[in-house]
Amino acid sequence: MTDTYLDMVNSGLGKQLAGKLGLPRPVTLRRFTAAGDFPSGSVLVLGRGAAGDAAASALLGWDLDVRRHAQDVDRVGAVVIDYTEVESPADLADAALELASAVRKLRPGGRVITLSRPAPGIGTGAASGTLPGARHLTPSQAAARQGVVGMLRSIAQEMRGGVTANGILLADDVAADAPGVTGALRFFLSGRSAYVDGQFLTVGDDRGDADVDWVHPVAGKVAVVTGAARGIGAQVTRTLATSGATVIPVDVPAAGDALSKLANELRVPALQLDVTDPQAGQKILDLAVSRYGRLDLVVHNAGITRDKMLANMDQAKWDSVIAVNIESQLRITETLLASDQLGPAPRIVCLASTSGVAGNRGQTNYAASKAGVIGAVAATAPLIAEKGGTINAVAPGFIESDMTAKIPAARRQISRRLNSLQQGGTPEDVAQAITFLLSDAAGGINGQTLRVCGQSLVGA
Amino acid sequence: MSENTQNTAQSTPATGTGSGDAKRAAATAASSAPQSGATGARAVVVAGNRIPFSRAGGPYANASNQDMLTAAIDGLVARTGIAGERLGAVAAGAVIKHSRDFNLTRESVLGSALDPATPAYDVQMACATGMETVSSIANKIRLGQIQAGIAGGVDSSSDAPIAVSEGLRRALLKLQRAKTTAQKLKAFKDLRPGDLAPSVPSSGEPRTGLSMGEHQALTTQKWGITREAQDELAAASHQHLAAAYERGFFDDLVTPFKGLTKDNNMRPDSTVEKLGGLNPVFGKKLSGEATMTAGNSTPLTDGASAVLITSEQWAGEHHLTPLAEVVDSEAAAVDFVTGNEGLLMAPAYAVPRLLARHGLTLQDLDLVEIHEAFASTVLSILAAWESPEFCKDRLGLDTPLGSVDRAKLNVNGSSLATGHPFAATGGRIVASTAKELAARAKETGKPQTALISVCAAGGQGVAMLLRSV
Repeated sequence: MTDTYLDMVNSGLGKQLAGKLGLPRPVTLRRFTAAGDFPSGSVLVLGRGAAGDAAASALLGWDLDVRRHAQDVDRVGAVVIDYTEVESPADLADAALELASAVRKLRPGGRVITLSRPAPGIGTGAASGTLPGARHLTPSQAAARQGVVGMLRSIAQEMRGGVTANGILLADDVAADAPGVTGALRFFLSGRSAYVDGQFLTVGDDRGDADVDWVHPVAGKVAVVTGAARGIGAQVTRTLATSGATVIPVDVPAAGDALSKLANELRVPALQLDVTDPQAGQKILDLAVSRYGRLDLVVHNAGITRDKMLANMDQAKWDSVIAVNIESQLRITETLLASDQLGPAPRIVCLASTSGVAGNRGQTNYAASKAGVIGAVAATAPLIAEKGGTINAVAPGFIESDMTAKIPAARRQISRRLNSLQQGGTPEDVAQAITFLLSDAAGGINGQTLRVCGQSLVGA
Repeated sequence: MSENTQNTAQSTPATGTGSGDAKRAAATAASSAPQSGATGARAVVVAGNRIPFSRAGGPYANASNQDMLTAAIDGLVARTGIAGERLGAVAAGAVIKHSRDFNLTRESVLGSALDPATPAYDVQMACATGMETVSSIANKIRLGQIQAGIAGGVDSSSDAPIAVSEGLRRALLKLQRAKTTAQKLKAFKDLRPGDLAPSVPSSGEPRTGLSMGEHQALTTQKWGITREAQDELAAASHQHLAAAYERGFFDDLVTPFKGLTKDNNMRPDSTVEKLGGLNPVFGKKLSGEATMTAGNSTPLTDGASAVLITSEQWAGEHHLTPLAEVVDSEAAAVDFVTGNEGLLMAPAYAVPRLLARHGLTLQDLDLVEIHEAFASTVLSILAAWESPEFCKDRLGLDTPLGSVDRAKLNVNGSSLATGHPFAATGGRIVASTAKELAARAKETGKPQTALISVCAAGGQGVAMLLRSV
C-alpha cells in the first residue's frame, strides 16, 4: 500500500505547495538498516543523575558523539534527558528549556528520549502503580514524575521531520545501568522504533542482556508466529528471520497457500493450524521441539475483525472475535507455561490494538478482545518471569495493510494523518517493535503494552 | 555400492513375480530383515499433500498440470520444511498430457522450492499412475539407491490437450519438410474438410471403443450390483469425507489452491434418498436395469497430490516422524478386450497375490482403501472376493477371500466424494491412509496394516500394503 500523498509532499512542486498551504508534510521515516542505525549528529545528554551518566557511557560505547551542553553542538541527532531524580515539578524546567534551545538543531529522523521514574496516574502502557519495589511517593514527587509524561507527549506532538520522542521509565529499584534501560535506549535511538512516538517503556527489573548483536537480536532463537500467512504476521515472520531466529509460521488451513510460500522462502516448516483448536498450544510445541529441540519465542498475532455496531451485533460475530483474538492466546500461553520444553528465556509478544486502548465505533467485540490482551499480558508477566521469560503486547495503530486498504479512500486518508508522524505505519514497523521485545535486550521489560501508532490521537 | 549390499539388493524379490512358497518366504524375510547399510532400508511415508480436488471447469480451469503439480509439491515441501533440499528423485505423471509436458515432473521440480539438482521422471499407468510412482520411489529407497523422494500425480480435465486430426497432422508435418512452394502446396493436396475438426481426448478404451462407464456397466450387471448398494456407498463416501474435514483430518494433508480450500465435489448432506433421484447415465442400452448415475460415478476432476517417502534414517536426520511403511505392491492386468474379465477388475487379482506374498488375509487388515472409480467397481470387487466360484476359477483358491468389514472401508471418504484427477488419486489415498494408520496405531498401541487398491484403464490395477511404524 503506497501513501501517494506522502510521496507528493516530499517532491518538487508538491513540497512547496504543502508548505504554502500549511498542509501536513509527513516525511519518509528513518527505518532500520543493518548498515547504520543511529541518528546522524551528536547526542546531547541533559539532566544530572546516575541514569544520564549511564546513558552517556552506553552512547560512548556505541561510538556516538556525546555532549552535555546544548550550546556545544550544531547538528543534534538525539537528546537524552535524565529526569530520574526529580523531586518536585520545579525540577523539570532546566532540562526542558535546554532542550528547547536544541530543538531546531535536531536532524530529520532524530530522537528525544526521557529517562524517568514511574508514578501512579496516567497510563503509560504498564501497570506502573503495581510494579514491584514501587516506592511510596509524596504528592510533589508524583507530580514531577507524571509531569514528565505530559511533557514528553507534547514534545512528540511538536516534532517534525520524522523526529520521535519516547520515554524510558525505570522502576524504583532498577539500576541506572540495568540491561533493560540500555536496551530500551538502543531501541528508541534505532530505526526499529521509527513509528513508535510519544510512548513509554517501563524497565521493571535488572534482567536482560544489553550486549545483543543489534543486527541479529534474536539470533539462534526458535520462534513461532501465528496468523503468519499475510499482513503483519508475514512481516513479523520475515523480520524475525532476518534478525536471526528460526521462525515457524502458523496459520489456519484455509490460508495454507500463502503460508507454504512463506515457509518455503524461509526454508522452515509451515504449520496449518487453527489457533482456537484446544490442542493448538501442544501442536505448536510438538513441532518446534521435534524439529528444533525447543521453543523460545511466540508471537500471538492471529486475529480477526467482525465489525458491527453493537445494536447489530450477533452471537457468532461476538464469539468468533473473542475466541480467536484473546481466548486462543490465553489457552496457548497456559500450555506453554505448563511445558518444560521452553528455552531458558521464553518470550511472548501478543498483538493488541489501539482499538483496545481507546475503543472504536463498530468494534465492541474487537476492542473487548484487544483490551483483554493488554490485561492478560500484565497478569501473565509474573508467571512467565518465574521461568526466566517475559510477555509483552504491541498495540498497532493505523498500519498500511490489506486490512486498512479496505477502508474507503477519503476516510483512509484522514485516518493515516491523525497521528504525530502524519502517516500510517508499515507492517515492518510493528515487526521491528516485536523483534526488540523478543530480544534479550528487552529482558527487563515485562507485562507492558507498547503502542506502535505514530502517537495516534486515538486514545493517546 | 559394496558387493555385500549388491547381493542383498538382488535378493529382494521384484513385485509381480510368481507366488511360490520360497518367494513368499523371501519377501517376508526381506521386509522384516534388520536394516544394515544402505539396502534393506524400510521406505516410509513421512507426509503427504494435495491441493483440493475441483470438478472440471471450476477454479482450476486455467491451471495447467504443471501449475497444479508444482503447487502440490510446494505444499509438501512447506509442510515438512525441506525447501532447498536435494531429494533422490521425484516421480509423478499425468494421464491426460499435453505434448509440451514431455518432462512434466522435472519442470514442476524446477518451479518448486526443492533444490533444482533434484532429478525427476514421468510415469504413466493410467489411474494407477500415483500408485506406481509411490511403488517406484519406495523401491529405490529399499534398494539404497536414494534416501528420499516424492511420489505424486496430477490431472486436469479442464485444461485437456486438443490435438489436430490425423489428416491435418500429416499435412502439417509434410509442410514442415517441404522446400519449394510447389511442395508446400502439395502438402495440403490430400486434406479433407473433415480433417479440420479437432481431436479431443476421451475416456474411451482404444480397443473396444466403449467408455469406461459402459465397461463398468457390463461388470455391474454381471455381478448384480444394485442401484441402492451403489448409492449407499456413494453417500457414505461423501459423509466420511465431510466428517474427516470436520475433525481437521485434512489440516496437514491439503493446501488450498486458487482460492479453493476443500474438494468442491463434496456433498456433506448427500443421502441415499437424494442420490436415488438421479437418472442413470451408463448401461442404458443393456438389457437389465441401468443403475449407474452421475451420483455413484466419479466426475471429471482437476487436482494434484504428492507424498514424501524416505528411509527411516533420512526421516530421523530431518527430524520428521514417519507415518507408515510402504510394505509392498502388486500390479495385475486382465483381458477385458475379449470380455473375459471386466475392465476395472484387475485389483481383484492383484490383491490376493499381494496378500498371499505376506501371509495375510483380507480380515487381517485394519484399513481397506478401494478406489471408487464407480461405486459399482468397489462393490464388484468385493463381490468377487466373496464368490467361491470366482475365487476358485479365477484365483485358484479353495476358499473365497471373504468379505471386507465396511467399517474399515474408505473410512475418510474416497473418489466418489473427493473426485478423481486420474494420476493424483494414488497419492491422495497413500497419504491419507498413512496418516490414519499412524493415528490408529498410536490410539490402539498395536501395529496397523492397510490395503490400497486402485483400478486403471487398459484393464490394469495396483494393490499396495502400508503398515504403521
